[in-house]
Amino acid sequence: MTSHVLQVENVAASYRKNTVLQNVSFQVKPGTLTAIVGPNGAGKSTLLKTLLDLHPKLSGHVQFFGSSYQKMKRKVGYVPQRGSVDWDFPADALDVVMMGLYGQIGWLRWPSRRHRELALEALDKMGMADYSKRQISQLSGGQQQRVFLARALVQNADLYFMDEPLAGVDAATERAIMRILNELKQSGKTVLVVHHDLQTVEDYFDHVLLLNGTVIDHGETKQAFTQENIARTYGGALQWMKGEAFYAHPARK
Amino acid sequence: MHILLGSNTQWVLLSTLALGMAAGLVGCLSYWKRQSLMSDALSHAALPGIVIAFMLLGQKDIYVLIIGAAISALLGAFFIQWIRSATRISEDTAMGIVLSVFFGLGIMLLTIVNRTVGGNQSGLDTFIFGQAAAMVRKDVRMMTMLAIIVIALVTFLFKEWKIFLFDPGFAKGMGLSIRSMNVLYLGMLVVTIVIGIQAAGVILMAALLIIPPVSARYWTESFKRMMMLSALFGGAAGAIGTIVSVLGKGWPTGPFIVVVSSMIFVFSLFFGAKKGIVTEMLQQRARKRQNEPAWSVAASSTLKEGNQ
Repeated sequence: MTSHVLQVENVAASYRKNTVLQNVSFQVKPGTLTAIVGPNGAGKSTLLKTLLDLHPKLSGHVQFFGSSYQKMKRKVGYVPQRGSVDWDFPADALDVVMMGLYGQIGWLRWPSRRHRELALEALDKMGMADYSKRQISQLSGGQQQRVFLARALVQNADLYFMDEPLAGVDAATERAIMRILNELKQSGKTVLVVHHDLQTVEDYFDHVLLLNGTVIDHGETKQAFTQENIARTYGGALQWMKGEAFYAHPARK
Repeated sequence: MHILLGSNTQWVLLSTLALGMAAGLVGCLSYWKRQSLMSDALSHAALPGIVIAFMLLGQKDIYVLIIGAAISALLGAFFIQWIRSATRISEDTAMGIVLSVFFGLGIMLLTIVNRTVGGNQSGLDTFIFGQAAAMVRKDVRMMTMLAIIVIALVTFLFKEWKIFLFDPGFAKGMGLSIRSMNVLYLGMLVVTIVIGIQAAGVILMAALLIIPPVSARYWTESFKRMMMLSALFGGAAGAIGTIVSVLGKGWPTGPFIVVVSSMIFVFSLFFGAKKGIVTEMLQQRARKRQNEPAWSVAASSTLKEGNQ
């Protein structure tokens, strides 16, 4: 019997003619916080979407909690990229968080006072209690991201997928989000995060998945996040300066 | 005015009111699906279906005509989807193609029908600009019933529509079938168009689906209130347009409905409480006054004192 919350075997996916993912296989243990890193176009977002049936997979098997995604949907939460929705939509922050409860409320039913309280609680956890009635179009990028996180929190899932939650947010929001991610981990939940900032990988995540079309390496950050692996993932166009910043060189043919 | 008191007119009025409300609600869904033009394409696409149904049956039976219109509109929707996914042509171009091809075909068939013996008495011409006064009890009952079903579907599935429009990917993860919602949406759109054709006409039906939600957008930042306002504006446009059109013999209803909803739109555009042009101007001015630096106020008052 497996103790993995997520088992991915030989998954492949494509956009029109271009194969984006091939032979993607990995397993995720419960209670881990995994960063998915890789260059632009490596298929990070596509991987999440493919696992969650939002993008068709060409081949392969995916198991959630030893079962199919269809059966385990309720235990899986998803935080899409902030840019994936129209923030001009007429709704306030509370409305958006309430959407995370629709599964619990049940289709064709109206939300109750208790649901509102749960949503407010989640907003409060994200430091957004004062903004519950604020129009989502009037929120800053970081605040919108926190609303998305709050919506994922009320889902009360056991396994979370987050697509670049730390992209373009300020330091305060980044701290707030990381605190929540660690809390989730402490309570035994599993989180996979598409991440773009290589400098913070070691500080923030206990596991890392290096992706570029396929899995380059996957494991505990200490072991897998090596200079060699990073170079393999980024095609050698990136140099690791210990303790310093990264320098990206233009790719040569 | 005596005609307004006729019981038939009252029924017609009720049906155009219900139609306007249904159109306002469904139009809101189209607006946030960013598919307002879809309603225009589909209403034009309904015309050949109506004429073919009449040719097959030889008489104007509302049920058959509605089924013909629905099949034709769905076929139009199918073509738009197909062109978009199978070719490199974009959706708006596909809509333009389907709209003109279907409408042209419909007008051609209509001309043929009108040339045949007895054809010119068919009354099919009224489907182009709409004529509420030409509706009989049977039409009215059918229209009102279907409009109420559409209104009920939007109301009872309110939170489902909201998440479906705002974040379909997330909705799917929560177990909502996006495919079913799409089918239901298209079904409701086609039903609304089809029942509206007799009153508003194939050319102008789209106005009833597009203008009320756009007007409502100027008044509110809440999805629920936007839906309610859109239904209100649509219902008012439908009812007032009908009242005006029955005042004159043979006046078409569609254009009057459009004129009324346009007036609501223009008023909303300028005075809408949230995004109206005049409203925003006034707010901007108030904000400027608030932000005026204190020293300039102080300076101007000392100046005044100095002058005295």
